[in-house]
Amino acid sequence: MSLFEQKVSELHERLHKKEISVTDLVDESYKRIGQVEDKVKAFLTLDEENARNQAKQLDDQIVKGENKGALFGMPIGVKDNIVTKNLRTTCASKILENFDPIYDATVVQKLQQAETVTIGKLNMDEFAMGSSNENSAYQATRNPWNTDYVPGGSSGGSAASVASGEVLFSLGSDTGGSIRQPAAYCGVVGLKPTYGRVSRFGLVAFASSLDQIGPITRTVEDNAYLLEAISGIDPMDSTSANVDVPSFVNSLTGDVRGLKIAVPKEYLGEGVGEEARNSVLEALKVLEGLGAKWEEVSLPHSKYALAAYYLLSSSEASANLSRFDGVRYGHRTDNAETLIEMYKQTRAEGFGDEVKRRIMLGTFSLSSGYYDAYYKKAQKVRTLIKKDFEDVFEKYDLIVGPTTPTPAFKIGEKVDDPLTMYANDILTIPVNLAGVPGISVPCGFGSNGLPLGLQMIGKHFDESTIYRAAHAFEQATDFHKQFPKL
Amino acid sequence: MSRISMEQVKHVAHLARLAITEEEAQQFQHQLDQMISFAEQLNELDTDQVNPTSHVLDMKNVMREDVAKPGLPVAEVVKNAPDSKEGYIRVPSIIE
Repeated sequence: MSLFEQKVSELHERLHKKEISVTDLVDESYKRIGQVEDKVKAFLTLDEENARNQAKQLDDQIVKGENKGALFGMPIGVKDNIVTKNLRTTCASKILENFDPIYDATVVQKLQQAETVTIGKLNMDEFAMGSSNENSAYQATRNPWNTDYVPGGSSGGSAASVASGEVLFSLGSDTGGSIRQPAAYCGVVGLKPTYGRVSRFGLVAFASSLDQIGPITRTVEDNAYLLEAISGIDPMDSTSANVDVPSFVNSLTGDVRGLKIAVPKEYLGEGVGEEARNSVLEALKVLEGLGAKWEEVSLPHSKYALAAYYLLSSSEASANLSRFDGVRYGHRTDNAETLIEMYKQTRAEGFGDEVKRRIMLGTFSLSSGYYDAYYKKAQKVRTLIKKDFEDVFEKYDLIVGPTTPTPAFKIGEKVDDPLTMYANDILTIPVNLAGVPGISVPCGFGSNGLPLGLQMIGKHFDESTIYRAAHAFEQATDFHKQFPKL
Repeated sequence: MSRISMEQVKHVAHLARLAITEEEAQQFQHQLDQMISFAEQLNELDTDQVNPTSHVLDMKNVMREDVAKPGLPVAEVVKNAPDSKEGYIRVPSIIE
């Protein structure tokens, strides 16, 4: 049995009993990477020498009998849009091929304080724009359950590395579903925290009003431990919120009696596959059996979320990505005489098709004469979508539905049509627009043998209720005890 | 017939500082038109009385004390620049 089939709390106990060492955990990671990485292709950069040295230092501390925090010595993978000092960070883009960050993101500093061991940097869709990892400039990560299928995206490497046992857990980022959708496709647990819960300092910005960093893990309990470690206000991120960070692990009581669950009819209706719908109805029976109550509700503006999202996220991206101009870092063209030509040619050579497409859409919707009709209109629709959630949360504790309309699709199946690809995210995007937290937990398998995810959405800063319900559901089912055979 | 002209596509590409080929311009014309048609479903909603949301949390103008702090070391900062000299970043000439 792999060490990573055990939970953080179990491994923690075994470390302190000296049954295992941090070196064993790090060995397990690189051994597994050696076995399966050829098939999975989750990593863009490995940091083996540093990781092994760090493991030795941490083992010395354990030998001295020091008492350590919950995450001490645990091997982690980090999505490649989170900057790591002196460890190459590419955002899976050619434009940052040789970028060597000069500081650590706040979440990375927090991981260092928690004394986790960074194994390497994980593949993604270029600049987090995509739902399949096919938009990486370097490689297409595969789904560990069937390598003909996509792992989801944009945090596809983060989800696939955890599902295949290459790391114990990982960090991803979620702008329109980029943690929850790949977690669902790969059969692991992924949470997008409330906007403002986790500092974005050092996360290469895609759409700043939507982006959040969050944990991807095998179990809900591990997820709660990791979120606790990375949460909190940060003077370096003025959008991080000044709210208490509770003990999320303490919320895992297993008790959901009386919990009021809302099930939006829009999340089980048109565009949602039968398998996803049925797995959610089965999950609701499980939750009912545990004493929760559910009712159907409406989030009437759901169908407008996708259009509003693409206008807003592309507009913000077009502004954020203007920093990649060949001046201070990254690729610079050899084929330009003037400064403007240098900008244009550098960006033409450095960005991939999807990134260019979104920069074009964003620039258009922010341009003079179109701003009110597109960008501002989308911001107003965002208000309506946010209000939908506020109305439901006046009477209910939690919203439940599928994470995605279907299980994972085959590599190459949807690359040609951006709008079909975007439709993957119809159930996750409204959560980002409203800024509320959402989790995906495994809840079944499709007829193609690939996992399905159950999405649970909570009130602003109420990750505790999400974790309590997700944990109770997980303990009552055995989807998390199944592992892909690679 | 696309509602976005080739001139508009090229103008947007110029604003975005993106060199595009004639072939790419045609592709963008088609794809932008598709996405804009899709986005126009938002016009089904009456939003005259609705305020825009730019930020989901109720916070405004987060300030810090105006105290100078040391910045990053210059040698580190220019380390990733494609072309630098003596602590400065070099670019093609701006003034003719």
